[in-house]
Amino acid sequence: MEKDQDKVLTEVTSGEYKYGFVTDIETEVIPKGLTEDVVRLISAKKEEPEWMLEFRLKAFRHWLTMKMPTWAHLTIPEIDFQEIIYYAAPVQKKGPDSLSDVDPELLKTFDKLGIPLEEQKHLTGVAVDAVMDSISVKTTFRETLAEMGIIFCSFSEAVREHPTLVQKYLASVVPYTDNFFATLNSAVFSDGSFCYIPKGVRCPMELSTYFRINTSNTGQFERTLLIADEESYVSYLEGCTAPMRDENQLHAAVVEIIAERGAEVKYSTVQNWYPGDKNGKGGIYNFVTKRGICKGDDSKISWTQVETGSAVTWKYPSCILRGNNSTGEFYSVAVTNNYQQADTGTKMIHIGKNTKSTIVSKGISAGFGQNSYRGLVKVLGKAEGARNFSQCDSLLLGDKCGAHTFPYIEVDNPTAIVEHEATTSRIGEDQIFYCNQRGISTEDAIGLIVNGYAREVINKLPMEFAVEAQKLLQISLEGSVG
Amino acid sequence: MLQINELRAAIDDKEILKGLTLEVKPGEIHAIMGPNGSGKSTLANVLTGRDIATVTHGSIIFEGRNLLEMSPEERAREGIFLSFQYPIEIPGVSMVNFMKTAINEQRKHRGLDPLSASEFLRQMREKKELVEIDSALTNRSVNEGFSGGEKKKNEIFQMAMLEPRLAVLDETDSGLDIDALRIVANGVNKIRRPDTSVIVITHYQRLLEYIIPDYVHVLYDGRIVRSAGPELALELEERGYDWIRKEADITEESWTTDQK
Amino acid sequence: MDYRPEVIDRLSSMFATGRDTFLKDSPELFNRYRESAFGDFLHLGIPDRKNEAYKYTNLEKFLNHQYDDYYFPRPEDFREAERFHCEVEDLDVWNMVLLNGFFPNGEKGLVMLPGGIWVGSMRYAVKQFPALVEKHYNRYIEDGNDGLIPLNTALASDGLFIYAPKNTVYTKPIQIVNLLHSDKDIFVQDRNLVVVEEGAQLSLLSCDHAISPQRFLTNTITEVYVGRNARFEIIRVQNQHNNSGKITHTFIHQERDSYASSNNVSLHGGLVRNATWHHLGGENSETHSYGLFLADKEQHIANFVKVDHTAPNCNSTQLFKGVLDDKSSGAFNGRIMVHKDAQKTNAFQSNNNIILSETARMDTKPQLEIYADDVKCSHGATVGQLDENALFYLRSRGIDAREARLMLMFGFAHEVIQNIPIEALRERIDDLVHKRLRGELSRCASCAVQCN
Repeated sequence: MEKDQDKVLTEVTSGEYKYGFVTDIETEVIPKGLTEDVVRLISAKKEEPEWMLEFRLKAFRHWLTMKMPTWAHLTIPEIDFQEIIYYAAPVQKKGPDSLSDVDPELLKTFDKLGIPLEEQKHLTGVAVDAVMDSISVKTTFRETLAEMGIIFCSFSEAVREHPTLVQKYLASVVPYTDNFFATLNSAVFSDGSFCYIPKGVRCPMELSTYFRINTSNTGQFERTLLIADEESYVSYLEGCTAPMRDENQLHAAVVEIIAERGAEVKYSTVQNWYPGDKNGKGGIYNFVTKRGICKGDDSKISWTQVETGSAVTWKYPSCILRGNNSTGEFYSVAVTNNYQQADTGTKMIHIGKNTKSTIVSKGISAGFGQNSYRGLVKVLGKAEGARNFSQCDSLLLGDKCGAHTFPYIEVDNPTAIVEHEATTSRIGEDQIFYCNQRGISTEDAIGLIVNGYAREVINKLPMEFAVEAQKLLQISLEGSVG
Repeated sequence: MLQINELRAAIDDKEILKGLTLEVKPGEIHAIMGPNGSGKSTLANVLTGRDIATVTHGSIIFEGRNLLEMSPEERAREGIFLSFQYPIEIPGVSMVNFMKTAINEQRKHRGLDPLSASEFLRQMREKKELVEIDSALTNRSVNEGFSGGEKKKNEIFQMAMLEPRLAVLDETDSGLDIDALRIVANGVNKIRRPDTSVIVITHYQRLLEYIIPDYVHVLYDGRIVRSAGPELALELEERGYDWIRKEADITEESWTTDQK
Repeated sequence: MDYRPEVIDRLSSMFATGRDTFLKDSPELFNRYRESAFGDFLHLGIPDRKNEAYKYTNLEKFLNHQYDDYYFPRPEDFREAERFHCEVEDLDVWNMVLLNGFFPNGEKGLVMLPGGIWVGSMRYAVKQFPALVEKHYNRYIEDGNDGLIPLNTALASDGLFIYAPKNTVYTKPIQIVNLLHSDKDIFVQDRNLVVVEEGAQLSLLSCDHAISPQRFLTNTITEVYVGRNARFEIIRVQNQHNNSGKITHTFIHQERDSYASSNNVSLHGGLVRNATWHHLGGENSETHSYGLFLADKEQHIANFVKVDHTAPNCNSTQLFKGVLDDKSSGAFNGRIMVHKDAQKTNAFQSNNNIILSETARMDTKPQLEIYADDVKCSHGATVGQLDENALFYLRSRGIDAREARLMLMFGFAHEVIQNIPIEALRERIDDLVHKRLRGELSRCASCAVQCN
């Protein structure tokens, strides 16, 4: 039976990437390489105000003094930052107000990706901001949302139309000096989504951003800023894909969330960047800085991520629990197959009184994949009554992959209760046999078991996406298993 | 011996006991029955001083003293014993050391010298037999790795060692098979001296076939809604709690109509 | 400001001035490694927060101090040591005293115990068993990042040597008392080697005491070879005063079918850092790493453990617990590493800590690094308080709150102590822990030394 299982696992690892096509569209690019002039040019192309350019230049100058971090459990060949294109935009009429202004090729692309931009076609209750390479193509349902005072638009528009809000919150959670990739992003970020939920408003639909890398040799550097004012609620989802290419492409994004008193933000990610082929060729290098602050009392930020793509994933969506009684959550499923590598986890920083955090991380390694959980739970001296529970499990499919757990727990308060548990194991032969005995094939059994294993996290996704995520999980792992 | 008067208690601002009155005289056995969520366990907590529930009104007098002003250990030394519904596992603390400390604290409270090692061991042996507890269990850490039945027997064994004046048995029958139930109940009967009072908190009638109560009270929605002799337990067994619920609710509704 | 360049200067001059002494008085084998080891030390420097293994341990307080010149004992130094007498009630041991990392001179330099096990001074061992020492000395060191390890190799001139030839068994524990006594502040480097050959068995009890109030810092390396089907146990009781720092590096290398356990009980000492490497180099082996510390005042106690599964079918456990009061701080840094071919590994790691005061602090890093799939590995870590439910349970039986807390703390600690295989010693350590928890001095009853 073991042999049978090995065979199935080999099949499992030959799953095809379904989003690897390229859109043939006229694209405006700034030639590769990064200099101060390129930063100025990006800013000029976006017709940015002076303060925005200043911010970029400060970041760029600081970035020149920094080195790429090496502490993660990742093997990354040296990246030549002068070989990357920092700005690429599909050519289209400025500010497509109606759908007819959007290039039909683009519409087709997003259709193919399952993200129709025609509002009537779209999943009900989801507003989408679609970003291709460096710019936002279209944001749906803007008017509907605007009636409630909700601002949901591309980052570039926000800089133009809501400068006070952007200036107040930009880099307030992730300062431009934060880390190598966040600093790079601060210098060259091209677009992204901006969202503001006013006081007391429950956002009636899921807000969603879909990121697509299209042009070859480009890096994608988007920036998302999400502000939930007092007593508001929003659920936000991002998805991402890229074409299959032989070379590696860089993605370095920054997400900042601010939750004011009593606000609740749910942030979900289904990350499916191109993972490279089965020999480890190509794929996206995904270096992302995501951080939220529970600024006010009784606020809550919940991160859910399903990470199936990218050749390399380096990301730690975190919560700064500053308000009293605030809550942070992190639910993660990360799959590494073939030669994928992931070093991902979270940081929960307990500052306010009676703050709570929950971490559930499920790692799945197959093929030659390396999957690491890295997390920090820090309880500061004044954080009376802090509570944390972390559960980090790893599942190994095959004997050539690796699963690693690196939790850091720092406690400086005697009333804190911090608990961390982790297990590492492979799918039990007895579980498979039990399924076999009930007439389920070994490959179906593995599919079932993996899905069961990830369910706790998948269930945290908005319902429409939970099904998608589950399918994705199967595709990225199961190949013929379905 | 014990007077509970108009007792109100809340957990996290939610009132659980809503004016409970009960008197227990020396040597009496009272059964408190009621559906889930009626406040039975809260009553046990309040009697023994677990600070989960806050007393907002009323009084509890035990042997002429205000029980509510006493710490859990003082109440224990005064002779109140709780058989826990879910006995706690305490790894690393041996049963022997645990029992010896408890007994000597109680003796100190009564102005007695600590028990000699041999006398203590003799008592341990004797009481173990009484509740038919496996000798090996007392060599282990408190409740650690005990089965559900062993934990309950261990509670009764401790009761035998500490010889309380008032024993509160909180759902002692839950999770016991019929043999274990019989052993536990017989243990209680053997331990009991004529002036020992017992409050049996239970959902089912079956324990009361062995520990025969003088009074049966039905606790519903934080109050005692009915009190009678042992026959009430049988009636509850046959008819369930629904009729009590209806009866109690009707009373409530009639109040509202009256006020309109 | 970075204190380290100055300390490196001081150590460089200690090495330079010590050269005359050790080149003359210490074995050629030791001297052979010194220059290159000191070079390695200069290259690596003193570990600081940037070194993951020292992320939560600051050595400054004990390293940044003007210690006396390179220490080499004079014969009269041992007189004080001879007065020292340690006796554990009902515990029958064979007992030997090291002073400041050196064995007393004289005939007892190396002795054979009944059963054929040799115990004594490394300096003598190099002469008597040159091939054996050569085969094992400096062979099991693993961490290439910790400058303190080559520093020991560069500076050490003596230490404990134990050799259990094939199939020898010594039924009593061998007790080594590490005494620190000096009228000057000294930096001690002792170097120990334990070779347990195929089928042999031994237990080692190592007790640390500082008997004069001077500032001491000890940097110890112990290399242990556990042969096929051999069995080795080490129990350390660390009871130095708080003006004293103790850093240990223990490398346990195991062959197939072997068993090893390490148990560190840290009671007193201003800075204690125990690093233990368990290398499971052969199939079917078993290894256990235990640690307990009770810290108060401004103590810092750190445990670093790495269990390296390089062979299939091995089992390992790590259980470390700490109780922290006052301004003390603790750190745990544990790793289970399962290599690619180490299938059928069972590895377990647990770290639990109780913080008693506002100003105490605990940092813990339990880690798993796994490259084989047919494994069962788990770990858990907690930082918290005593269990409220357990506390109430004890109180409901009439035990007062203070006593109940002590009982729970004792129970918490006992879970580590219960793994000590020798009953009399287990009881003795239970008793030391009890007294430590009650704030009483935990010195041994018959000990002439008034250490706390």
